Amino acid sequence: MTSGLEVLYRDVILDHNKRPRNFRVLEGGGKAEGSNPLCGDRLTVYLRVVNGTIQDAAFQGYGCAIAIASASLMTENVKGKTLAEAAALFERFLQMMTGPAGAPVDGLGDLSVFAGVRQFPVRVKCATLPWEALRAAAAGRVGAVSTE
Amino acid sequence: MSRGSPDPARPTPVLDPAAIRQDFPLLARRVHGKPLVYLDNAATTQKPRVVIDRMTRFYVEENANVHRGVHWLSERATDVFEEARAAIGRFVNARRAEEIVFVRGTTEAINLVAGTYGRSRVGRGDEVVVSAMEHHSNIVPWQILCEQQGARLRIIPITDAGELDLDAYAALLTDRTRIVSVVHVSNVLGTVNPVREIVRIAHQRGIPVLVDGAQAVAHGAVDVQALGCDFYAFSGHKMFGPTGIGVLYGTSALLESMPPYQSGGDMIRSVSFEQTRYDVPPHRFEAGTPDIAGAVGLAAAIGYLAGIGFDRIARFEQDLLEYATGALSRLPGVRVIGMAASKAGVLSFVLDGVHPHDVGTILDREGVAIRTGHHCCQPLMDRLGLPATSRASLALYNTRDDIDALVAALQKVRALLG
Repeated sequence: MTSGLEVLYRDVILDHNKRPRNFRVLEGGGKAEGSNPLCGDRLTVYLRVVNGTIQDAAFQGYGCAIAIASASLMTENVKGKTLAEAAALFERFLQMMTGPAGAPVDGLGDLSVFAGVRQFPVRVKCATLPWEALRAAAAGRVGAVSTE
Repeated sequence: MSRGSPDPARPTPVLDPAAIRQDFPLLARRVHGKPLVYLDNAATTQKPRVVIDRMTRFYVEENANVHRGVHWLSERATDVFEEARAAIGRFVNARRAEEIVFVRGTTEAINLVAGTYGRSRVGRGDEVVVSAMEHHSNIVPWQILCEQQGARLRIIPITDAGELDLDAYAALLTDRTRIVSVVHVSNVLGTVNPVREIVRIAHQRGIPVLVDGAQAVAHGAVDVQALGCDFYAFSGHKMFGPTGIGVLYGTSALLESMPPYQSGGDMIRSVSFEQTRYDVPPHRFEAGTPDIAGAVGLAAAIGYLAGIGFDRIARFEQDLLEYATGALSRLPGVRVIGMAASKAGVLSFVLDGVHPHDVGTILDREGVAIRTGHHCCQPLMDRLGLPATSRASLALYNTRDDIDALVAALQKVRALLG
Protein backbone atom coordinates (compact mmCIF):
# COMPACT_ATOMS: atom_id res chain seq x y z
CA MET A 1 0.00 0.00 0.00
CA THR A 2 1.22 3.50 -0.76
CA SER A 3 0.20 7.13 -0.60
CA GLY A 4 -0.65 7.27 3.10
CA LEU A 5 -3.69 5.09 2.57
CA GLU A 6 -2.36 2.57 5.06
CA VAL A 7 -3.14 4.93 7.93
CA LEU A 8 -6.77 5.04 6.82
CA TYR A 9 -7.39 1.50 5.61
CA ARG A 10 -5.79 -0.39 8.49
CA ASP A 11 -6.03 -4.17 8.34
CA VAL A 12 -8.52 -4.24 11.21
CA ILE A 13 -10.74 -1.80 9.33
CA LEU A 14 -10.51 -3.78 6.10
CA ASP A 15 -11.39 -6.94 7.99
CA HIS A 16 -14.45 -5.41 9.68
CA ASN A 17 -15.56 -3.94 6.35
CA LYS A 18 -15.39 -7.33 4.68
CA ARG A 19 -16.86 -9.30 7.57
CA PRO A 20 -18.90 -6.85 9.60
CA ARG A 21 -19.72 -8.12 13.11
CA ASN A 22 -23.24 -7.86 14.54
CA PHE A 23 -24.57 -7.17 11.05
CA ARG A 24 -28.15 -8.13 11.76
CA VAL A 25 -31.53 -6.84 12.81
CA LEU A 26 -32.23 -6.77 16.53
CA GLU A 27 -35.92 -6.98 17.27
CA GLY A 28 -37.67 -5.43 20.20
CA GLY A 29 -35.08 -2.84 21.18
CA GLY A 30 -34.27 0.73 20.27
CA LYS A 31 -33.14 1.65 16.81
CA ALA A 32 -32.14 4.71 14.82
CA GLU A 33 -31.07 5.36 11.26
CA GLY A 34 -28.04 7.39 10.33
CA SER A 35 -27.44 8.67 6.83
CA ASN A 36 -24.94 10.75 4.91
CA PRO A 37 -27.02 11.50 1.81
CA LEU A 38 -24.13 13.19 0.03
CA CYS A 39 -21.98 10.04 0.23
CA GLY A 40 -24.82 7.56 0.02
CA ASP A 41 -24.30 5.98 3.44
CA ARG A 42 -27.32 4.65 5.30
CA LEU A 43 -27.09 2.59 8.48
CA THR A 44 -29.59 1.44 11.08
CA VAL A 45 -28.24 0.83 14.57
CA TYR A 46 -30.16 -1.46 16.93
CA LEU A 47 -29.77 -1.50 20.71
CA ARG A 48 -31.15 -3.64 23.51
CA VAL A 49 -30.74 -1.82 26.81
CA VAL A 50 -31.62 -3.42 30.16
CA ASN A 51 -31.38 -1.32 33.34
CA GLY A 52 -29.20 1.24 31.60
CA THR A 53 -26.76 -1.36 30.28
CA ILE A 54 -26.36 -2.25 26.61
CA GLN A 55 -27.09 -5.96 26.42
CA ASP A 56 -26.83 -6.21 22.65
CA ALA A 57 -26.01 -3.93 19.71
CA ALA A 58 -26.29 -4.59 16.00
CA PHE A 59 -26.53 -2.74 12.70
CA GLN A 60 -27.65 -3.06 9.10
CA GLY A 61 -27.24 -0.95 6.01
CA TYR A 62 -24.68 0.13 3.47
CA GLY A 63 -21.84 2.56 3.48
CA CYS A 64 -18.16 3.03 2.79
CA ALA A 65 -15.50 0.86 4.39
CA ILE A 66 -14.91 3.40 7.16
CA ALA A 67 -18.61 3.63 8.08
CA ILE A 68 -19.14 -0.12 8.01
CA ALA A 69 -15.99 -0.91 10.00
CA SER A 70 -16.82 1.82 12.50
CA ALA A 71 -20.31 0.42 12.99
CA SER A 72 -18.96 -3.09 13.35
CA LEU A 73 -16.30 -2.15 15.91
CA MET A 74 -18.73 0.11 17.73
CA THR A 75 -21.27 -2.66 18.27
CA GLU A 76 -18.52 -4.89 19.66
CA ASN A 77 -17.22 -2.19 21.96
CA VAL A 78 -20.45 -0.95 23.50
CA LYS A 79 -21.87 -4.32 24.46
CA GLY A 80 -21.93 -4.63 28.24
CA LYS A 81 -21.35 -0.93 28.77
CA THR A 82 -23.81 1.41 30.44
CA LEU A 83 -25.30 4.13 28.23
CA ALA A 84 -23.18 6.69 30.08
CA GLU A 85 -20.02 4.67 29.45
CA ALA A 86 -20.92 4.35 25.76
CA ALA A 87 -21.50 8.10 25.53
CA ALA A 88 -18.12 8.76 27.16
CA LEU A 89 -16.48 6.36 24.70
CA PHE A 90 -18.02 8.28 21.78
CA GLU A 91 -16.65 11.52 23.25
CA ARG A 92 -13.12 10.08 23.37
CA PHE A 93 -13.58 8.68 19.85
CA LEU A 94 -14.60 12.14 18.59
CA GLN A 95 -11.66 13.78 20.34
CA MET A 96 -9.30 11.34 18.67
CA MET A 97 -10.63 12.24 15.25
CA THR A 98 -11.19 15.96 15.58
CA GLY A 99 -8.61 16.94 18.17
CA PRO A 100 -5.02 17.95 17.49
CA ALA A 101 -2.80 15.42 15.75
CA GLY A 102 -0.94 13.12 18.10
CA ALA A 103 -3.46 13.52 20.93
CA PRO A 104 -3.49 10.49 23.24
CA VAL A 105 -5.95 7.79 22.35
CA ASP A 106 -6.10 6.07 25.74
CA GLY A 107 -9.03 3.95 26.67
CA LEU A 108 -10.15 3.40 23.12
CA GLY A 109 -8.86 -0.13 22.68
CA ASP A 110 -9.22 -1.38 19.12
CA LEU A 111 -11.20 1.77 18.23
CA SER A 112 -7.81 3.50 18.02
CA VAL A 113 -7.45 2.01 14.51
CA PHE A 114 -9.53 4.99 13.40
CA ALA A 115 -6.89 7.49 14.51
CA GLY A 116 -5.70 7.84 10.91
CA VAL A 117 -9.10 9.12 9.78
CA ARG A 118 -8.10 12.52 11.16
CA GLN A 119 -5.73 12.87 8.20
CA PHE A 120 -8.72 12.50 5.83
CA PRO A 121 -11.05 15.23 7.13
CA VAL A 122 -13.86 14.50 4.67
CA ARG A 123 -14.01 10.94 6.00
CA VAL A 124 -14.47 11.80 9.70
CA LYS A 125 -18.23 11.92 9.31
CA CYS A 126 -18.16 8.37 7.91
CA ALA A 127 -16.60 7.09 11.12
CA THR A 128 -18.91 9.06 13.40
CA LEU A 129 -22.15 8.21 11.56
CA PRO A 130 -22.87 4.92 13.41
CA TRP A 131 -22.07 6.58 16.74
CA GLU A 132 -24.55 9.37 16.04
CA ALA A 133 -27.15 6.75 15.21
CA LEU A 134 -26.28 4.87 18.42
CA ARG A 135 -26.73 8.04 20.44
CA ALA A 136 -30.13 8.62 18.81
CA ALA A 137 -31.17 5.00 19.41
CA ALA A 138 -30.11 5.23 23.07
CA ALA A 139 -32.07 8.44 23.51
CA GLY A 140 -35.09 6.81 21.93
CA ARG A 141 -35.28 9.57 19.37
CA VAL A 142 -37.44 8.83 16.40
CA GLY A 143 -36.23 9.48 12.89
CA ALA A 144 -32.89 9.70 11.21
CA VAL A 145 -29.62 11.43 12.02
CA SER A 146 -27.01 12.70 9.67
CA THR A 147 -23.38 13.67 10.17
CA GLU A 148 -23.38 15.99 7.18
CA MET B 1 -22.91 17.19 -30.21
CA SER B 2 -21.80 14.10 -32.02
CA ARG B 3 -23.47 10.74 -31.78
CA GLY B 4 -22.21 7.77 -29.82
CA SER B 5 -22.05 5.21 -32.61
CA PRO B 6 -18.47 4.31 -33.52
CA ASP B 7 -17.30 5.08 -37.02
CA PRO B 8 -14.42 2.81 -38.04
CA ALA B 9 -13.56 5.15 -40.90
CA ARG B 10 -13.00 8.07 -38.53
CA PRO B 11 -9.46 9.40 -38.74
CA THR B 12 -7.24 9.80 -35.70
CA PRO B 13 -8.42 12.84 -33.72
CA VAL B 14 -6.74 15.93 -35.04
CA LEU B 15 -6.91 17.62 -31.65
CA ASP B 16 -3.70 17.18 -29.72
CA PRO B 17 -4.51 17.14 -25.99
CA ALA B 18 -0.81 17.31 -25.09
CA ALA B 19 -0.61 20.71 -26.78
CA ILE B 20 -3.96 21.79 -25.30
CA ARG B 21 -2.71 20.93 -21.80
CA GLN B 22 0.00 23.57 -22.14
CA ASP B 23 -2.77 26.17 -22.18
CA PHE B 24 -4.00 25.15 -18.69
CA PRO B 25 -1.49 26.10 -15.98
CA LEU B 26 -3.24 24.15 -13.21
CA LEU B 27 -2.85 20.84 -15.02
CA ALA B 28 0.90 20.95 -14.29
CA ARG B 29 0.18 20.56 -10.56
CA ARG B 30 1.12 17.49 -8.57
CA VAL B 31 -1.24 16.06 -5.97
CA HIS B 32 0.00 13.81 -3.15
CA GLY B 33 3.29 13.66 -5.06
CA LYS B 34 1.61 12.34 -8.23
CA PRO B 35 0.81 14.14 -11.49
CA LEU B 36 -2.74 15.47 -11.35
CA VAL B 37 -5.21 13.46 -13.44
CA TYR B 38 -8.23 15.74 -13.51
CA LEU B 39 -11.40 13.84 -14.37
CA ASP B 40 -13.94 15.96 -12.50
CA ASN B 41 -14.81 18.26 -15.37
CA ALA B 42 -18.54 17.87 -14.94
CA ALA B 43 -18.11 19.56 -11.53
CA THR B 44 -15.96 22.33 -12.91
CA THR B 45 -13.38 22.69 -15.66
CA GLN B 46 -9.89 24.14 -15.40
CA LYS B 47 -9.18 27.54 -16.93
CA PRO B 48 -6.88 28.26 -19.85
CA ARG B 49 -4.33 31.01 -19.42
CA VAL B 50 -6.15 33.19 -21.99
CA VAL B 51 -9.16 33.34 -19.64
CA ILE B 52 -7.04 34.09 -16.56
CA ASP B 53 -5.05 36.73 -18.46
CA ARG B 54 -8.15 38.33 -19.93
CA MET B 55 -9.73 38.75 -16.50
CA THR B 56 -6.48 40.15 -15.11
CA ARG B 57 -6.30 42.60 -18.00
CA PHE B 58 -9.84 43.74 -17.27
CA TYR B 59 -8.91 44.58 -13.69
CA VAL B 60 -5.56 46.09 -14.66
CA GLU B 61 -6.73 48.19 -17.61
CA GLU B 62 -10.50 48.39 -17.94
CA ASN B 63 -12.22 48.15 -14.56
CA ALA B 64 -15.15 50.50 -13.94
CA ASN B 65 -18.85 50.03 -13.38
CA VAL B 66 -21.07 49.50 -16.41
CA HIS B 67 -24.12 51.36 -17.80
CA ARG B 68 -23.54 54.30 -15.43
CA GLY B 69 -20.64 56.64 -15.83
CA VAL B 70 -20.12 59.17 -18.57
CA HIS B 71 -16.39 58.84 -18.05
CA TRP B 72 -14.11 57.09 -20.51
CA LEU B 73 -13.35 54.08 -18.33
CA SER B 74 -17.00 53.32 -17.65
CA GLU B 75 -17.71 53.43 -21.36
CA ARG B 76 -14.80 51.08 -21.97
CA ALA B 77 -16.03 48.62 -19.29
CA THR B 78 -19.56 48.80 -20.70
CA ASP B 79 -18.20 48.11 -24.18
CA VAL B 80 -16.27 44.98 -23.17
CA PHE B 81 -19.21 43.75 -21.06
CA GLU B 82 -21.69 44.18 -23.92
CA GLU B 83 -19.18 42.74 -26.40
CA ALA B 84 -19.05 39.66 -24.15
CA ARG B 85 -22.85 39.45 -24.28
CA ALA B 86 -22.77 39.62 -28.06
CA ALA B 87 -20.06 36.94 -28.27
CA ILE B 88 -22.11 34.65 -26.04
CA GLY B 89 -25.17 35.35 -28.17
CA ARG B 90 -23.24 34.29 -31.27
CA PHE B 91 -21.96 31.19 -29.43
CA VAL B 92 -25.49 29.88 -28.80
CA ASN B 93 -26.79 31.38 -32.07
CA ALA B 94 -29.29 33.70 -30.40
CA ARG B 95 -31.13 36.04 -32.75
CA ARG B 96 -30.11 39.09 -30.72
CA ALA B 97 -27.60 39.87 -27.97
CA GLU B 98 -30.54 41.14 -25.88
CA GLU B 99 -31.66 37.52 -25.50
CA ILE B 100 -28.62 36.86 -23.30
CA VAL B 101 -29.17 37.52 -19.58
CA PHE B 102 -26.14 37.35 -17.27
CA VAL B 103 -26.68 35.39 -14.07
CA ARG B 104 -24.40 33.63 -11.57
CA GLY B 105 -24.83 30.20 -13.13
CA THR B 106 -27.28 27.58 -14.31
CA THR B 107 -28.92 27.38 -10.91
CA GLU B 108 -29.71 31.08 -10.88
CA ALA B 109 -30.91 30.96 -14.48
CA ILE B 110 -33.48 28.29 -13.61
CA ASN B 111 -34.47 30.14 -10.44
CA LEU B 112 -34.94 33.27 -12.54
CA VAL B 113 -37.35 31.54 -14.93
CA ALA B 114 -39.21 29.75 -12.11
CA GLY B 115 -39.45 32.99 -10.14
CA THR B 116 -40.61 35.26 -12.98
CA TYR B 117 -42.14 33.28 -15.80
CA GLY B 118 -43.27 30.61 -13.34
CA ARG B 119 -44.75 32.92 -10.72
CA SER B 120 -46.69 34.87 -13.34
CA ARG B 121 -47.91 31.95 -15.51
CA VAL B 122 -48.25 28.89 -13.28
CA GLY B 123 -51.40 28.81 -11.20
CA ARG B 124 -53.47 26.44 -9.10
CA GLY B 125 -53.95 23.10 -10.80
CA ASP B 126 -51.34 23.82 -13.46
CA GLU B 127 -48.43 21.47 -14.15
CA VAL B 128 -44.67 21.74 -14.58
CA VAL B 129 -42.82 18.90 -16.31
CA VAL B 130 -39.22 17.87 -15.53
CA SER B 131 -37.43 14.55 -16.04
CA ALA B 132 -36.21 11.79 -13.74
CA MET B 133 -32.59 12.60 -14.61
CA GLU B 134 -32.58 16.22 -13.49
CA HIS B 135 -29.98 17.82 -11.24
CA HIS B 136 -31.48 19.14 -7.98
CA SER B 137 -31.12 22.64 -9.45
CA ASN B 138 -33.72 21.74 -12.09
CA ILE B 139 -36.05 20.13 -9.54
CA VAL B 140 -36.11 22.23 -6.38
CA PRO B 141 -36.94 25.65 -7.94
CA TRP B 142 -39.95 24.04 -9.67
CA GLN B 143 -40.94 22.16 -6.52
CA ILE B 144 -40.97 25.42 -4.57
CA LEU B 145 -42.91 27.14 -7.36
CA CYS B 146 -45.49 24.34 -7.41
CA GLU B 147 -45.90 24.49 -3.62
CA GLN B 148 -46.38 28.25 -3.73
CA GLN B 149 -48.81 28.21 -6.63
CA GLY B 150 -50.72 25.01 -5.87
CA ALA B 151 -49.39 23.42 -9.05
CA ARG B 152 -48.15 19.91 -9.69
CA LEU B 153 -44.69 18.67 -10.70
CA ARG B 154 -44.81 15.84 -13.26
CA ILE B 155 -41.83 13.63 -14.03
CA ILE B 156 -40.75 12.21 -17.41
CA PRO B 157 -39.60 8.63 -16.68
CA ILE B 158 -36.34 7.18 -18.00
CA THR B 159 -35.47 3.77 -19.41
CA ASP B 160 -32.96 1.41 -17.80
CA ALA B 161 -30.39 2.50 -20.39
CA GLY B 162 -30.75 6.05 -19.10
CA GLU B 163 -32.79 7.63 -21.88
CA LEU B 164 -35.97 9.67 -21.60
CA ASP B 165 -39.16 7.77 -22.37
CA LEU B 166 -40.49 10.08 -25.08
CA ASP B 167 -43.85 8.32 -25.41
CA ALA B 168 -44.45 8.76 -21.71
CA TYR B 169 -43.30 12.37 -22.04
CA ALA B 170 -45.80 13.14 -24.81
CA ALA B 171 -48.55 11.52 -22.73
CA LEU B 172 -47.64 13.68 -19.71
CA LEU B 173 -48.38 16.96 -21.47
CA THR B 174 -51.85 18.35 -20.88
CA ASP B 175 -53.73 21.61 -21.27
CA ARG B 176 -52.49 22.44 -17.78
CA THR B 177 -48.77 22.06 -18.58
CA ARG B 178 -47.20 25.51 -18.34
CA ILE B 179 -43.52 24.70 -18.90
CA VAL B 180 -41.19 21.78 -19.60
CA SER B 181 -37.68 21.93 -18.10
CA VAL B 182 -35.18 19.26 -19.09
CA VAL B 183 -31.47 18.68 -19.01
CA HIS B 184 -29.54 18.68 -22.30
CA VAL B 185 -26.74 16.36 -21.09
CA SER B 186 -27.12 14.36 -17.88
CA ASN B 187 -24.38 15.05 -15.34
CA VAL B 188 -24.64 11.45 -14.07
CA LEU B 189 -25.44 9.33 -17.12
CA GLY B 190 -23.89 11.42 -19.87
CA THR B 191 -27.08 10.99 -21.88
CA VAL B 192 -27.53 13.58 -24.62
CA ASN B 193 -31.27 14.16 -24.67
CA PRO B 194 -33.15 14.69 -27.95
CA VAL B 195 -33.91 18.31 -27.14
CA ARG B 196 -35.18 19.18 -30.61
CA GLU B 197 -37.80 16.42 -30.40
CA ILE B 198 -38.71 17.35 -26.82
CA VAL B 199 -39.26 20.95 -27.92
CA ARG B 200 -41.25 19.93 -31.00
CA ILE B 201 -43.66 17.88 -28.90
CA ALA B 202 -44.11 20.65 -26.32
CA HIS B 203 -44.58 23.35 -28.94
CA GLN B 204 -47.41 21.38 -30.55
CA ARG B 205 -49.31 22.34 -27.42
CA GLY B 206 -47.79 25.80 -27.17
CA ILE B 207 -45.76 24.87 -24.08
CA PRO B 208 -42.37 26.60 -23.66
CA VAL B 209 -39.25 24.55 -22.92
CA LEU B 210 -36.26 25.40 -20.73
CA VAL B 211 -33.09 23.44 -21.40
CA ASP B 212 -30.46 23.00 -18.65
CA GLY B 213 -27.30 23.13 -20.71
CA ALA B 214 -24.79 23.07 -17.85
CA GLN B 215 -23.13 19.85 -19.04
CA ALA B 216 -23.59 20.43 -22.76
CA VAL B 217 -21.70 23.63 -23.44
CA ALA B 218 -18.17 22.30 -22.81
CA HIS B 219 -18.56 19.48 -25.28
CA GLY B 220 -19.83 21.01 -28.48
CA ALA B 221 -21.59 23.86 -30.22
CA VAL B 222 -25.07 24.82 -29.05
CA ASP B 223 -27.61 26.30 -31.45
CA VAL B 224 -30.69 27.50 -29.60
CA GLN B 225 -32.51 28.26 -32.86
CA ALA B 226 -31.92 24.75 -34.17
CA LEU B 227 -32.99 23.28 -30.83
CA GLY B 228 -36.03 25.54 -30.89
CA CYS B 229 -35.99 25.93 -27.10
CA ASP B 230 -37.44 28.98 -25.36
CA PHE B 231 -34.84 29.15 -22.57
CA TYR B 232 -31.32 27.75 -22.37
CA ALA B 233 -29.28 27.93 -19.15
CA PHE B 234 -25.57 27.33 -18.60
CA SER B 235 -22.61 28.17 -16.36
CA GLY B 236 -19.30 29.72 -17.35
CA HIS B 237 -17.18 27.59 -15.05
CA LYS B 238 -18.20 24.32 -16.69
CA MET B 239 -16.89 25.55 -20.04
CA PHE B 240 -13.41 26.75 -19.01
CA GLY B 241 -14.67 30.17 -17.93
CA PRO B 242 -14.71 31.65 -14.44
CA THR B 243 -17.05 30.77 -11.57
CA GLY B 244 -19.76 33.27 -10.69
CA ILE B 245 -20.96 33.94 -14.22
CA GLY B 246 -23.67 32.12 -16.10
CA VAL B 247 -26.16 32.71 -18.84
CA LEU B 248 -29.86 32.54 -19.38
CA TYR B 249 -30.84 32.66 -23.02
CA GLY B 250 -34.51 33.45 -23.55
CA THR B 251 -36.45 34.40 -26.64
CA SER B 252 -37.17 38.12 -26.76
CA ALA B 253 -40.91 37.50 -26.85
CA LEU B 254 -40.82 35.57 -23.58
CA LEU B 255 -38.27 37.78 -21.80
CA GLU B 256 -40.27 40.90 -22.64
CA SER B 257 -43.41 39.34 -21.17
CA MET B 258 -41.75 38.43 -17.87
CA PRO B 259 -41.78 40.45 -14.64
CA PRO B 260 -38.44 41.37 -13.02
CA TYR B 261 -36.35 38.92 -11.02
CA GLN B 262 -34.25 40.73 -8.42
CA SER B 263 -34.86 44.43 -8.13
CA GLY B 264 -32.70 47.47 -7.52
CA GLY B 265 -30.32 49.49 -9.64
CA ASP B 266 -29.62 48.92 -13.32
CA MET B 267 -32.94 47.18 -13.96
CA ILE B 268 -35.18 50.26 -14.02
CA ARG B 269 -36.22 53.00 -16.41
CA SER B 270 -37.35 55.39 -13.72
CA VAL B 271 -38.10 55.23 -10.02
CA SER B 272 -40.35 57.34 -7.88
CA PHE B 273 -42.00 56.43 -4.59
CA GLU B 274 -45.27 56.17 -6.48
CA GLN B 275 -44.16 54.02 -9.37
CA THR B 276 -41.13 52.25 -10.85
CA ARG B 277 -40.85 51.50 -14.56
CA TYR B 278 -38.71 48.53 -15.40
CA ASP B 279 -36.06 48.44 -18.05
CA VAL B 280 -36.27 46.20 -21.11
CA PRO B 281 -34.56 42.79 -21.23
CA PRO B 282 -31.86 41.83 -20.57
CA HIS B 283 -31.29 44.68 -18.11
CA ARG B 284 -34.66 44.08 -16.44
CA PHE B 285 -33.20 40.84 -15.07
CA GLU B 286 -29.76 42.16 -14.13
CA ALA B 287 -30.26 44.19 -10.97
CA GLY B 288 -27.09 45.43 -9.30
CA THR B 289 -23.53 45.48 -10.55
CA PRO B 290 -22.96 42.36 -12.63
CA ASP B 291 -19.88 40.13 -12.68
CA ILE B 292 -18.21 42.17 -15.39
CA ALA B 293 -14.83 40.43 -15.26
CA GLY B 294 -16.65 37.09 -15.24
CA ALA B 295 -18.57 37.96 -18.40
CA VAL B 296 -15.38 39.08 -20.11
CA GLY B 297 -13.63 35.89 -18.95
CA LEU B 298 -16.46 33.72 -20.25
CA ALA B 299 -16.27 35.42 -23.64
CA ALA B 300 -12.53 34.68 -23.66
CA ALA B 301 -13.27 31.01 -22.92
CA ILE B 302 -15.71 30.88 -25.83
CA GLY B 303 -13.11 32.51 -28.06
CA TYR B 304 -10.59 29.89 -26.95
CA LEU B 305 -12.97 27.01 -27.74
CA ALA B 306 -13.99 28.52 -31.06
CA GLY B 307 -10.30 28.79 -31.96
CA ILE B 308 -9.91 25.05 -31.46
CA GLY B 309 -13.22 24.28 -33.16
CA PHE B 310 -16.32 22.87 -31.49
CA ASP B 311 -16.57 20.00 -33.96
CA ARG B 312 -12.99 18.95 -33.30
CA ILE B 313 -13.61 19.06 -29.56
CA ALA B 314 -16.77 16.97 -29.86
CA ARG B 315 -15.07 14.44 -32.11
CA PHE B 316 -12.04 14.17 -29.84
CA GLU B 317 -14.15 13.68 -26.72
CA GLN B 318 -16.31 11.07 -28.39
CA ASP B 319 -13.20 9.12 -29.24
CA LEU B 320 -11.87 9.41 -25.68
CA LEU B 321 -15.26 8.44 -24.26
CA GLU B 322 -15.25 5.27 -26.33
CA TYR B 323 -11.73 4.47 -25.19
CA ALA B 324 -12.64 5.09 -21.54
CA THR B 325 -15.90 3.14 -21.73
CA GLY B 326 -14.04 0.18 -23.22
CA ALA B 327 -11.25 0.34 -20.64
CA LEU B 328 -13.63 0.55 -17.69
CA SER B 329 -15.96 -2.14 -19.04
CA ARG B 330 -13.04 -4.55 -19.31
CA LEU B 331 -12.19 -4.15 -15.61
CA PRO B 332 -13.63 -7.03 -13.57
CA GLY B 333 -16.42 -5.92 -11.26
CA VAL B 334 -16.89 -2.53 -12.90
CA ARG B 335 -20.33 -1.62 -14.20
CA VAL B 336 -20.80 1.53 -16.30
CA ILE B 337 -24.05 3.33 -15.40
CA GLY B 338 -25.82 5.00 -18.31
CA MET B 339 -25.78 3.28 -21.68
CA ALA B 340 -27.63 5.79 -23.81
CA ALA B 341 -27.05 5.62 -27.56
CA SER B 342 -26.01 9.26 -27.53
CA LYS B 343 -23.60 10.22 -24.75
CA ALA B 344 -21.22 13.03 -23.86
CA GLY B 345 -17.99 12.64 -21.88
CA VAL B 346 -19.49 11.60 -18.55
CA LEU B 347 -18.79 8.12 -17.20
CA SER B 348 -20.55 6.96 -14.06
CA PHE B 349 -19.64 3.56 -12.73
CA VAL B 350 -19.85 1.31 -9.72
CA LEU B 351 -17.29 -1.18 -8.51
CA ASP B 352 -18.78 -4.36 -7.05
CA GLY B 353 -18.51 -4.48 -3.29
CA VAL B 354 -16.69 -1.15 -2.98
CA HIS B 355 -18.42 2.03 -1.91
CA PRO B 356 -17.79 5.02 -4.23
CA HIS B 357 -16.52 7.06 -1.29
CA ASP B 358 -13.64 4.62 -0.82
CA VAL B 359 -13.00 4.68 -4.57
CA GLY B 360 -12.76 8.48 -4.45
CA THR B 361 -10.31 8.54 -1.53
CA ILE B 362 -8.00 5.89 -2.96
CA LEU B 363 -8.00 7.48 -6.43
CA ASP B 364 -7.24 10.86 -4.89
CA ARG B 365 -4.06 9.45 -3.33
CA GLU B 366 -3.06 8.36 -6.84
CA GLY B 367 -3.56 11.92 -8.07
CA VAL B 368 -6.79 11.01 -9.86
CA ALA B 369 -9.63 13.48 -9.18
CA ILE B 370 -13.13 12.14 -9.76
CA ARG B 371 -16.50 12.80 -8.14
CA THR B 372 -18.34 10.31 -5.96
CA GLY B 373 -21.76 10.43 -4.36
CA HIS B 374 -25.22 11.25 -5.64
CA HIS B 375 -24.08 14.12 -7.90
CA CYS B 376 -27.02 16.29 -6.74
CA CYS B 377 -29.38 13.81 -8.43
CA GLN B 378 -30.97 11.88 -5.57
CA PRO B 379 -34.22 11.09 -7.44
CA LEU B 380 -32.14 9.64 -10.28
CA MET B 381 -30.09 7.56 -7.81
CA ASP B 382 -33.35 6.21 -6.36
CA ARG B 383 -34.53 5.35 -9.88
CA LEU B 384 -31.25 3.52 -10.56
CA GLY B 385 -31.42 1.79 -7.18
CA LEU B 386 -27.93 3.02 -6.27
CA PRO B 387 -26.84 4.90 -3.15
CA ALA B 388 -24.04 6.59 -5.08
CA THR B 389 -21.74 6.25 -8.09
CA SER B 390 -18.21 7.19 -9.02
CA ARG B 391 -17.99 9.56 -11.96
CA ALA B 392 -15.15 10.36 -14.32
CA SER B 393 -15.93 13.29 -16.60
CA LEU B 394 -13.83 14.28 -19.59
CA ALA B 395 -12.67 17.50 -21.17
CA LEU B 396 -10.64 18.46 -24.19
CA TYR B 397 -7.36 18.32 -22.23
CA ASN B 398 -7.78 14.73 -21.07
CA THR B 399 -5.62 12.07 -22.64
CA ARG B 400 -5.65 8.31 -22.99
CA ASP B 401 -2.88 8.39 -20.37
CA ASP B 402 -5.41 9.94 -17.97
CA ILE B 403 -7.78 7.04 -18.62
CA ASP B 404 -4.96 4.53 -18.16
CA ALA B 405 -4.09 6.21 -14.83
CA LEU B 406 -7.75 5.91 -13.80
CA VAL B 407 -7.77 2.23 -14.68
CA ALA B 408 -4.49 1.60 -12.81
CA ALA B 409 -5.85 3.40 -9.75
CA LEU B 410 -9.06 1.36 -9.89
CA GLN B 411 -6.95 -1.79 -9.91
CA LYS B 412 -5.34 -0.53 -6.68
CA VAL B 413 -8.82 -0.04 -5.22
CA ARG B 414 -9.67 -3.60 -6.17
CA ALA B 415 -6.44 -4.91 -4.64
CA LEU B 416 -7.07 -3.04 -1.40
CA LEU B 417 -10.80 -3.44 -0.91
CA GLY B 418 -11.94 -5.99 -3.46
